[in-house]
Amino acid sequence: MKKNLPILLALVALVVLGLVRYEHFASAYNITSFWRYNSMFALISVGMAFVIITGGIDLSVGTVAAMSSVVAALASAHGGWVAVVAGCAAGLAVGVLNGVIITRLKILPFIVTLATSLGAHGVALLLGKNDAVSIASDSNFANFGQGDLFGLPIPGIVAALVAVAGWLALRSTRFGRHSLAIGGSEEAARLMGLNVDRTLVMAYAVSGLLAGMAGVILAAQFGAGQPNEGVGWELFAISAVVLGGTLLTGGEGSIAMTIAGVLLLGLVFNLLNFENGLGFISLSAYWQSVIRGVFLLLVIVLQARVLKQRGNKRMDAAAQS
Amino acid sequence: MTQSGMHTPHSPQPSQSPATRPLLLEMQDIGISFGGVPALRGANLSVAAGEVHALIGQNGAGKSTMIKILTGAYRRGSGSVRFEGREVDFRTPKQAREAGISTIYQEINLVPFRSVAENIFLGREPRRFGLIDWRTVQHRAAALLDSFGLHIDVKKPVGRYSTAIQQMVALARAVSSDAKMVIMDESTSSLDEREVELLFTVVRKLRDDGRAVIFVSHRLDELYALCDRVTVMRDGQTVAQSTMAEMDKLQLVTTMLGRTLAAVVHDDPAAREANLARRGKQAIAARDLGAHPKVSDVSLEVHAGEAVGLAGLLGSGRTETMRLMFGADPLERGSVSIDGATVTLKSPQDAIARGLAYLTEDRKAEGIVPELSVRDNLTLVCLRTLTRNGIVDVKKQQAIVDRFIASLGIKLRSADQPIRELSGGNQQKVLLARWLAAEPSLLLLDEPTRGIDVGAKADVAKIVRELRDAGLAVLMSASELEELTAVADRAVVIRDGRTVAELNGAEMSESAIMDAIAYGGDSSSQLAEAAQSASAAHIEDALEGDRHGV
Amino acid sequence: MVFKLDTESMQSEPQAGQEARPQPGSEASPQQTSSPTSQATGVRNWRRLAMQRELIVLLAMVLFNLIFTPHFWSLQTFNVNLTQVVTIVIVGIGMTLVVATGGIDLSVGASMAISGALAPMLFLNIPGPGGIALAFVLPVLAAALCGVFNGLLVTRLAVQPIVATLVLFIAGRGIAQVVTDGSLQAFNTPAFQWIALGKVAGVPFQVLLMLALVVAFAWVVRKTLFGQYLLITGGNEKAAYLSGVPTASVKLIAYTLCAALAGLAGLISISVNSSSDANVVGLGIELDAIAAVAVGGTALTGGKAFIGGTLVGALIIQLLRYTLLAHGIPDAAALVVKAGIIVAAVYVQRRSR
Repeated sequence: MKKNLPILLALVALVVLGLVRYEHFASAYNITSFWRYNSMFALISVGMAFVIITGGIDLSVGTVAAMSSVVAALASAHGGWVAVVAGCAAGLAVGVLNGVIITRLKILPFIVTLATSLGAHGVALLLGKNDAVSIASDSNFANFGQGDLFGLPIPGIVAALVAVAGWLALRSTRFGRHSLAIGGSEEAARLMGLNVDRTLVMAYAVSGLLAGMAGVILAAQFGAGQPNEGVGWELFAISAVVLGGTLLTGGEGSIAMTIAGVLLLGLVFNLLNFENGLGFISLSAYWQSVIRGVFLLLVIVLQARVLKQRGNKRMDAAAQS
Repeated sequence: MTQSGMHTPHSPQPSQSPATRPLLLEMQDIGISFGGVPALRGANLSVAAGEVHALIGQNGAGKSTMIKILTGAYRRGSGSVRFEGREVDFRTPKQAREAGISTIYQEINLVPFRSVAENIFLGREPRRFGLIDWRTVQHRAAALLDSFGLHIDVKKPVGRYSTAIQQMVALARAVSSDAKMVIMDESTSSLDEREVELLFTVVRKLRDDGRAVIFVSHRLDELYALCDRVTVMRDGQTVAQSTMAEMDKLQLVTTMLGRTLAAVVHDDPAAREANLARRGKQAIAARDLGAHPKVSDVSLEVHAGEAVGLAGLLGSGRTETMRLMFGADPLERGSVSIDGATVTLKSPQDAIARGLAYLTEDRKAEGIVPELSVRDNLTLVCLRTLTRNGIVDVKKQQAIVDRFIASLGIKLRSADQPIRELSGGNQQKVLLARWLAAEPSLLLLDEPTRGIDVGAKADVAKIVRELRDAGLAVLMSASELEELTAVADRAVVIRDGRTVAELNGAEMSESAIMDAIAYGGDSSSQLAEAAQSASAAHIEDALEGDRHGV
Repeated sequence: MVFKLDTESMQSEPQAGQEARPQPGSEASPQQTSSPTSQATGVRNWRRLAMQRELIVLLAMVLFNLIFTPHFWSLQTFNVNLTQVVTIVIVGIGMTLVVATGGIDLSVGASMAISGALAPMLFLNIPGPGGIALAFVLPVLAAALCGVFNGLLVTRLAVQPIVATLVLFIAGRGIAQVVTDGSLQAFNTPAFQWIALGKVAGVPFQVLLMLALVVAFAWVVRKTLFGQYLLITGGNEKAAYLSGVPTASVKLIAYTLCAALAGLAGLISISVNSSSDANVVGLGIELDAIAAVAVGGTALTGGKAFIGGTLVGALIIQLLRYTLLAHGIPDAAALVVKAGIIVAAVYVQRRSR
């Protein structure tokens, strides 16, 4: 619990700042629109958490979300649910492809997902003919992104359900526990008889599926599939996961803390908007990437100190020269 | 896989006391070759249920290969393996595991961040409604460890506990999967005496429960404290099978090393004495060196113009000692002085600047840069002296390369060849040249003749002798005593991280060294003390103030 | 110390006969001990042909276009294709150095953005040649500082290179955006833009600059102490460390150079566009650079640095795009093909080890 303290404190501090300083911060409108918008990022962050926990990384989530948004928009002519399924399936397909190439061809996840992110971007552009694709006007698909259920935004409910499912999976399913074991020591996991390849493929499949879901929400929320969106989304996800205390080397992680990371990063954006609205100072939206980068740096430095304590052989530190 | 057959008793082998228990495992006449080179020929191993069986031998003797065949990592070329009375042929590790054979390695194969309970059941987690039933997992894990006399919090990450506890958790994992035979491969190499005794309590319990344990270790005292019978392997064959009681320590060591007391080769005490009389001043001295986990108390010195042999069994801490002297690892205790002045070496660069050289034990991992050429590898250390204004003087570089290829007799196609294409012996010569080109005054050689052919071994020995004659200070570590006596003028014997004996000039003979390895600074009394003070009920207290953090 | 050793009694085996080790395609070689130098030139040529595979692919593509693409063989086509790759190659050179140490640099795009944002601010506000000169020097220095930052994270804190360079990847562009407030700086300053647009004998200066840098750095890798140390550090860091190589300094320099080169590329990029937009300069260049390095034959695991290969790799990818475009296939498809090539190139590299 101790290591989660900094991020929780930061979160509380930001919330308090928002409550105190901005009049409409706690309004229903702000909360629901915040929740609705950040649901996409929550989804990809949960997927990224599983992948990073296994010791890998998925750089394709951004473009896969974009690609899935285009697929969903195109499929929306056949009905809202068709669009949802089509978009998710597209993401799942890329995820499985990632997993298979990584485990069969034994190429580093970094390279493979970099390549598939290029490929997905290409596919998105091809499908959309280099342009955004509006969703069918007569379908109920837009409701999936813009509508409410029991007064709560639908995307937000989806994200919440996925977060809970992810938490449960990590805690109490073989898939979750084996992911943690593999990330902790792939060698040991293999020697202990775990089916490492299968778990890895599943992890990347989950990441792809959730990216697909995020893309579906993107299309539904904004009324169009956007092939050029998604730039930098993987960074958001990685940052959220790292902020949440998950080690990039894998083996440890928490879905709940990843969500905290998503909230933190989202709040930075949200507060910046409010601050600009106040008109005292004008902090452009560009500050948010700087601030996010600073957060990431702090976490990395802290993590590095912890890791350094664990190994004391001179060679690992490589600091002396 | 349950087995409800009867164990057919076996007629005893010659030179072995009659088997009083049914044999669980019989490996007979095992043979296997790699690339045409036989690794095992006519190897045997028989283990009964309810017995702790020691499997020992030096590096390359074949015991790891035997175990890999047993656990399904390799497929045997010839011979038979019978487990529980039935002929078996394990093709994958999974099959061996399912048959009831578990292995515990020196590097703990547990996942450090996960809890003790989870590690015990990983891969076999009991489930309820598709989700893991943590309550049952923790309950069963705690019960299992309780039966070992180990009362720890099974919810804590296993990496938080000491290595000894982790080994016991690994044993618990084996037991929970109903292992009938547990192979412990060098499990105690990183433990101290107190931890070892804790572990042994558990092993004895396993034995009393009717399981069989194969115990692989180089620590002689442990073997005598724990094991019932022993199989000794050498050069791919089984050379002895007996009860521990029937073989005393010296017999054991000589059987392992293959030297009889009578055979004496290349022993020239007079020449050694002469060399010692001629030696120069002290080049390096190590005092009371200590660093966890392998080195506890090492002191030695080397003079210019002498070759000191560092003797000891594998795992005794010789490599670690050399690394400490070279500044590759930080010292926890003790000091090193060079040319009489105490120094603090912060890195190999420091050491090299003071004229030290260190030829590592593991060519592949720490020696060669495989993709680079012979030329680049050879001039690696002296490269800086070959550059002017940042540019490498290719002519000078070539001259040095030519010189050493000629003087050391390195056989190759071209100096541009990637070094990985050379044979082991020639690679080793390149590495030796690498250090010599830097004109050092002190050479630390770690197993310089390991894994190279006979001809190259002789060459290297010759080179080292000539270097010594030229005035270099040489410290050479070797497990094969014949290599040591061929080169060194005196020997320092290390056992379990401590210097236990120094044999100078005429005193130094293979038999004397073996004696020192077997008996010098006998710590069996220390082991008994540890046994008394750490009874099972006080295990938790004994762990208090444990130094292992995560 | 001169060691006079008795070589006649040297008896060791020449090749790996006794040990069971796989020999990568070794021909039966005569067992000679004669001077290796006579063999040297032959083997050196053989090694140069290690880039054979990539060159063949490139030549095949040129051939294909010569046959099937009209107007391919013209100075204009030449210039167009080469200028498109200039920034990728320059960044790729730096990336090759970093990859050689076993690392990677994701922040090159951010370095480009930062230098591209700083330069106009200097030459637009400081008159005369002084302004132009500063506009070349300071932005590259600023980018180099980014490299130092990356290098320190990697060496002192032992952070994984992907993670370490991720920080600037996220924040670096943001810094450039904040400093320029995201607005476009348009300009028309021939003295500065000459670096990209100036022509020498009909060839754009930027192309000549690119070629000069390729030659220079290839030479550095082959001939200098730093170059050797770079390959050794990436080839076996443990061995390097135990042999006294200052591995931390080597890595730090590699990251600094990489970022500085990216800074230079940023200056070229804004010159080509006559404008600097912090949102766009260098966007996506890290992927292109890594692809060029991978396709060019440099192993992503470290220990090798084929600077020339990076040039060839970039040309292959560019030519591919051009070929597809010239035959009516949308640019987007080229992305998919590029992705496939990267995976294939890395896979082939792994197999041939």
